[in-house]
Amino acid sequence: MAKPKQAKQPMPPLGVWIGPVALGWLIPGGGHFLLKRTGRAILLFLSVTLMFFCGLMMRGTMFQPQDGDLLTMVINCGGFIGNLCSGILYLMTVWLGYNQPDMAGLVHDYGTKFLVTAGLLNILAMVDAFEIVAGRKN
Amino acid sequence: MHMNLSDFEASFLFALFTSVVMGIVTKRTDRERVRYGLYVFGCFMVALIGLGWLMHFGHG
Repeated sequence: MAKPKQAKQPMPPLGVWIGPVALGWLIPGGGHFLLKRTGRAILLFLSVTLMFFCGLMMRGTMFQPQDGDLLTMVINCGGFIGNLCSGILYLMTVWLGYNQPDMAGLVHDYGTKFLVTAGLLNILAMVDAFEIVAGRKN
Repeated sequence: MHMNLSDFEASFLFALFTSVVMGIVTKRTDRERVRYGLYVFGCFMVALIGLGWLMHFGHG
């Protein structure tokens, strides 16, 4: 039997959700903290930040957007967006001059993946903060 | 400071951090979050060990 189609939920006003989502981008878990979900905020902050620092200590590479063939562009632009989504962690790293060249090696490779994944996990946290503001979650 | 981890240690840390976040953002109650986080972590570990053995036998 087919499931009844769910009604599309209305988008909350920009002014309501932009604060928690923007703070969530800048500081991992910041959106949840603003919404008084302190326990979850601490866990998100620790997970994303520790993952990012592990990536740095493994001397992972930060992606830069590059032109070229489609695959190169997708990998580098996607990686750059992933890095950028770590918020203040990424910005501080770049401002403090971290510039690790891309090197062959198992640990460097893991480091690069850790840096990108930290940003991707932060996107999930931002979406969660949005859903809480929108009333779709508690 | 430099961190030198083995394949298993790096994958274990990856699984740990990822499953914590997945647990938090996916479910609605704390109990469900803990259960789902543990489930995701278990899946990571099974895949990690399973693929490790597969590659071991694949190489002969």
